[in-house]
Amino acid sequence: MKIEIPEFCLVALVGASSSGKSTFAKKHFKPTEVLSSDYFRGLVSDDENSQESTADAFDALYAIADLRLKNMKLTVVDATNIQSIARKKVIACAKARDCHAAAIVFNMPESVLKARNKERPDRGLADRVIARHIMELRQSLRSLKKEGFRFIYILSSPEEAERVEIVRTKLWNDKKEMQGPFDIIGDVHGCYDELCALLESIGYAKNGEGYTHSAGRKAVFLGDLCDRGPKNAEVLDLVMAMTESKDALCVLGNHDAKLHKYLSGKDVKLSHGLSMTADAINARPPEFKKKVADFTDNLISHYVFDGGRLVVAHAGIKGEYQGRGSTRVRDFCIYGETTGESDDYGLPVRLNWAAEYRGRATVVYGHTPNAEPQILNNTYNIDTGCVFGGRLSAFRYPERQIVSVPAKKTYYESAKPLVPKADAGAEKDDMLSYEDVSGKLIINTDLTPAITINEENSAAALDIMSRFAADPHWLVYLPPTMSPCETAAKEKYLEYPEEAFAYYRDNKISKVVCEKKHMGSRAVIVLAKNAKAAKNRFGVNDGKQGIVYTRTGRHFFDDEEFEGKIIKKFAKVLTESGFWEEFKTDWAAFDTELMPWSVKAQGLLEKQYAPVGCAGKRGLAAAIQALTPAASRVNQATEVSAVTSGKNVDLREVLAAYKEKTAALDNYIEAYREYCWPVKSLKDIKIAPFHLLATEGAAHTDKDHIWHMETIKKYCVRDALFIVTDYITVDVNDTQSVQAGIDWWLALTGNGGEGMVVKPFTYIAKVGGRLLQPAVKCRGREYLRIIYGPEYTLPQHLERLKKRALGRKRSLALREFSLGVESLKRFTDNEPLYRIHQCVFGVLALESEPVDPRL
Amino acid sequence: MLLKITYMGENTTDLGYLLHKNPNRTQSFELSFGKAYVFYPEATAERTTAALLLDINPIDLARGKLGSRDGGLFDYVNDRPYVSSSFMSTAISKVFSTALSGKCDNKPELAEQKLDLEAEVVMLPCLGNKDLIGRIFTPLGYEVEFSESALDEKFREWGESRYVTLKLKGKVRLCDLLNHLYVLIPVFDNRKHYWVSDDEVEKLIGHGEGWLNAHPEKELIAARYLNRNRSLVNSALAQLIEKGNGIAEEADSAETGEVTPPAEKDAPKIRLNDLRLQAVADAVIAGGAKAVIDIGCGEGRLIARLINHKQIARITGVDVSIRTLERAKSYLHYERLSEKTKEKLQFLQGSLTYKDKRFAGYDAACVVEVVEHLDQPRLPAFERVLFELAAPPLVVMTTPNAEYNVNYERLQPESLRHSDHRFEWTREQFQEWANGVCKRFGYAAEFSDIGERDEQYGAPTQMCVFKRT
Repeated sequence: MKIEIPEFCLVALVGASSSGKSTFAKKHFKPTEVLSSDYFRGLVSDDENSQESTADAFDALYAIADLRLKNMKLTVVDATNIQSIARKKVIACAKARDCHAAAIVFNMPESVLKARNKERPDRGLADRVIARHIMELRQSLRSLKKEGFRFIYILSSPEEAERVEIVRTKLWNDKKEMQGPFDIIGDVHGCYDELCALLESIGYAKNGEGYTHSAGRKAVFLGDLCDRGPKNAEVLDLVMAMTESKDALCVLGNHDAKLHKYLSGKDVKLSHGLSMTADAINARPPEFKKKVADFTDNLISHYVFDGGRLVVAHAGIKGEYQGRGSTRVRDFCIYGETTGESDDYGLPVRLNWAAEYRGRATVVYGHTPNAEPQILNNTYNIDTGCVFGGRLSAFRYPERQIVSVPAKKTYYESAKPLVPKADAGAEKDDMLSYEDVSGKLIINTDLTPAITINEENSAAALDIMSRFAADPHWLVYLPPTMSPCETAAKEKYLEYPEEAFAYYRDNKISKVVCEKKHMGSRAVIVLAKNAKAAKNRFGVNDGKQGIVYTRTGRHFFDDEEFEGKIIKKFAKVLTESGFWEEFKTDWAAFDTELMPWSVKAQGLLEKQYAPVGCAGKRGLAAAIQALTPAASRVNQATEVSAVTSGKNVDLREVLAAYKEKTAALDNYIEAYREYCWPVKSLKDIKIAPFHLLATEGAAHTDKDHIWHMETIKKYCVRDALFIVTDYITVDVNDTQSVQAGIDWWLALTGNGGEGMVVKPFTYIAKVGGRLLQPAVKCRGREYLRIIYGPEYTLPQHLERLKKRALGRKRSLALREFSLGVESLKRFTDNEPLYRIHQCVFGVLALESEPVDPRL
Repeated sequence: MLLKITYMGENTTDLGYLLHKNPNRTQSFELSFGKAYVFYPEATAERTTAALLLDINPIDLARGKLGSRDGGLFDYVNDRPYVSSSFMSTAISKVFSTALSGKCDNKPELAEQKLDLEAEVVMLPCLGNKDLIGRIFTPLGYEVEFSESALDEKFREWGESRYVTLKLKGKVRLCDLLNHLYVLIPVFDNRKHYWVSDDEVEKLIGHGEGWLNAHPEKELIAARYLNRNRSLVNSALAQLIEKGNGIAEEADSAETGEVTPPAEKDAPKIRLNDLRLQAVADAVIAGGAKAVIDIGCGEGRLIARLINHKQIARITGVDVSIRTLERAKSYLHYERLSEKTKEKLQFLQGSLTYKDKRFAGYDAACVVEVVEHLDQPRLPAFERVLFELAAPPLVVMTTPNAEYNVNYERLQPESLRHSDHRFEWTREQFQEWANGVCKRFGYAAEFSDIGERDEQYGAPTQMCVFKRT
């Protein structure tokens, strides 16, 4: 006997004790697919026969079954299931996950059961118990269908059970093997002429009544083929011909469902344009009516294509319904979900499922007409209201282009005016949800799979993000942390270029780019050609043209007006240099260093750096003043008295040490002063962009660093607002080149520079599939006083500081870099906001991991 | 960093006997945080100066986290090696322990005698107003002189530093001078390098014997010396004087510290906060709410007021900071609540700018002194989270009335009451915003004042009760 069940369903084995269910289950299903009540009794009580623990055992069993169904795994409930009350649980469990239930009934002769029961001394059920089981089972047989089992198979003898072959069939909606390309077409509503024009415009050619595409593209109709429009029968001809010739597929719309009801002779009100379709069909021969009835009967509610990456349904579909089959799923697909309230036009208020949508599959749907396609969270509503005088649109997959043809006329007045074009798309309901960023997050990036954000880090990031960060629409990227080079082998230095070069040399990278490290504050600048472009591309509603934000996503300037001036100037420079045209973009994102340091770090300077300089300078001067006369007077050690605790000391040595400290402190003061100047106007601000992160359609992480440097030089550094970043290239395998790099660094840091950043030639560098540090910094000897304290260069201190571990910092840098690159990619790929924000949030969360902040 | 003590008069080299340190011998002492040197820059019959110089190892400080409460980047770049702080007190007690106790075997009568002494404390960090120096030392009989220093003379606009070099001159016993310095140096700095525990009370009482009790600033001295640990301060004050209750709070509010106290402290602050919470609680109860969500619950003071009310069946505190929620739990003694009360109460970490299903299903939401902590461009998101998505029938919101700020003397014009406030609204601004919310989301607003009303500028706090229409 062949048992056909869907590959995803909940199977109940039904039969008396000893009827062979478990043996059968073992033979036909994977061990993980079978949930046996005996086994669960054992799990909760250590005794598989404990009847007292039956309730607990079933609670556990159905909890697991529910999770398996959530994950779309076929599940078998191996219990007697002979009472209808027990089977109710099976049905409820399946329904909750929109899954079909199947029953395989073991209707064995009484003699067989009794004989088998005798062979099982552990069970030893009385014969009357078995008799009762059989009675209950036989009563059940009639009601299974009514109870809700979609597939029922009855096995009446051990021999029959033995000969069973189980065939797992695909669900009807499962077209995962079809990869396209597709042209998905919105609600046609009898607009035959527009449909033909649309098909022809995208390369379909007339083929009998239908159309065909020479490159094998398939059309997918989103339903609502008829009603309201002028040529309903012609549209039916066309679509039926195309589906028959396999040039098209079609899902069921609410109008199609109603048409089917009408054609099946049910009592249906001929409203909402159905009468026009009815008339057109009735004007044709009766065979046509039969054909349309069959056609609409066979339409299913949604399709899953391309390995699950594309889903189509007339009114859309939630993530948790995709690929499942139930009345609830079907109703959602054809009607959508409404609040039960009506709007000012008397139309039902629809719940915006797309705003909540977080599935990975692209969903294309129609049903609710809009002047413009509605794109939100990877869902596309392409019903552009052709019959109401709008347009007929097609979504091309995988190109993700939308093409439209205008309606020839308004065939039907819409109850509610279509939103005029100018305002459309403005109110993108892409608000972020707590669920997007809470708990343990696992973020897959192209560069590093499965980056884990622990719960405590996401909680910390939520705090920071909520209290300080700018509107997430602006935050397309957060810069990663950067590791220093390995600690210098060279005396007197904590960091020295040789180690930076060695890192890349050891990792088989020969060409590196050394960029001057400006001592300012990191600033990401995102800006658009004008405020309107910013609104369109970023979905912001603050009327701004751009933003300058810090590495934690906070507005760089508290003064909005000042920020506005910088953005305006920047945009003007880009306009004058022809940047927008060159990059075919009306926005850009730059990673920059903004100077002076004091503009952002004023608080730090006044609370930390300057006080140390002030106290140190005066304190040490007072010490030297006191030591000097004492040292000249007392210059010999006197005999030690046994009762004192002190040790003799040569004051001249102490004096010398304090002079050393003074010199170190003076250098420290010079070091921080170098990076400070008062900011009174825009003229005092200097920006050094070093990465052109992204423009429309392109994350420039595929370009090398010379390209970034030269592009920035060409398009930005034409105004005093910008300063150029000096750089050189070094071949780390060439001794001379390495020496030139070291000399360059020495000159740079000798003049008070912070240091340099050494980057592999390419933006993303890998060796043997392993991601390398995208940059390592090598900071100047004087600069590091600001980090490690004025006296860090004294030999006794330096020796201790040289023992530092970089492992955590480096691992963090790689994860953050991967997230940064990923967020740019997602943004330029027009992915939904929550997907971009996840990466940005991830960087912030990782920054809350404890790492030595001096690195 | 450096303490100098000068003895003026005849045979002043006797200072060496008093300090138990030979003027002709330079000594070094190993302390837990580095070294101390004792030497004599001058030693003549008329004038002898002893110097106590500290050499604090900054790396030890950073690695051992000594002397730092900020953590992070600040450890290595640290003023501690260069200033006179609690490290100096520790050094005095270790290096000059005998002198500190007033003993001197060789010259017992000199130790008991009031001498012409001068002390110079180099780089004393003085938190807050520098007139405190006079208030502290003048009552002890010293002539006080101090010099200030600019933070950085190259950047005069950064202002003065908090460091002074202090000179005290007076006729006192050496042990008194040392005890004064021992107690008072950390009082100015207000940042001890060690954990303040119970035995600090004993030290304070011991070293303050004979002078602290009569000092007019004893509350402030005790409060700062004990790092404002309330119970320790109260215990110390109780030992100093009989009626010690409640003084600690005053001492605390008299602080003008690094963390600028909220300007509202000018006003009868505790009363205002009480009035505010009571007004909100009353509005919730009057609105008939049974299930309440307190968004931005802080340490749970509103929850404390509502939780035992018979009308309240469920109350949820939401805050964006996990640490704040922990504080609220401890404030409410969560662990000790009855099971029944615990069932009513729930805490959630949540944000005002991320939509959150968990906020739905309440009769009332309270948003007390919260909205002003949001950047204004984030308000539209907050509005949707609260009024569109959570959409409770009742919303009670309070926020400062910016107009009233003129009544706070300490507040500069245009400045805000709290450093984390992003804005403060006038009554008109608040009402305009609230009325906009009503229009957009279908609510009706009713405004009221909380706190003492000023004829012209209104009350310090403004409240709005939103009712869904």
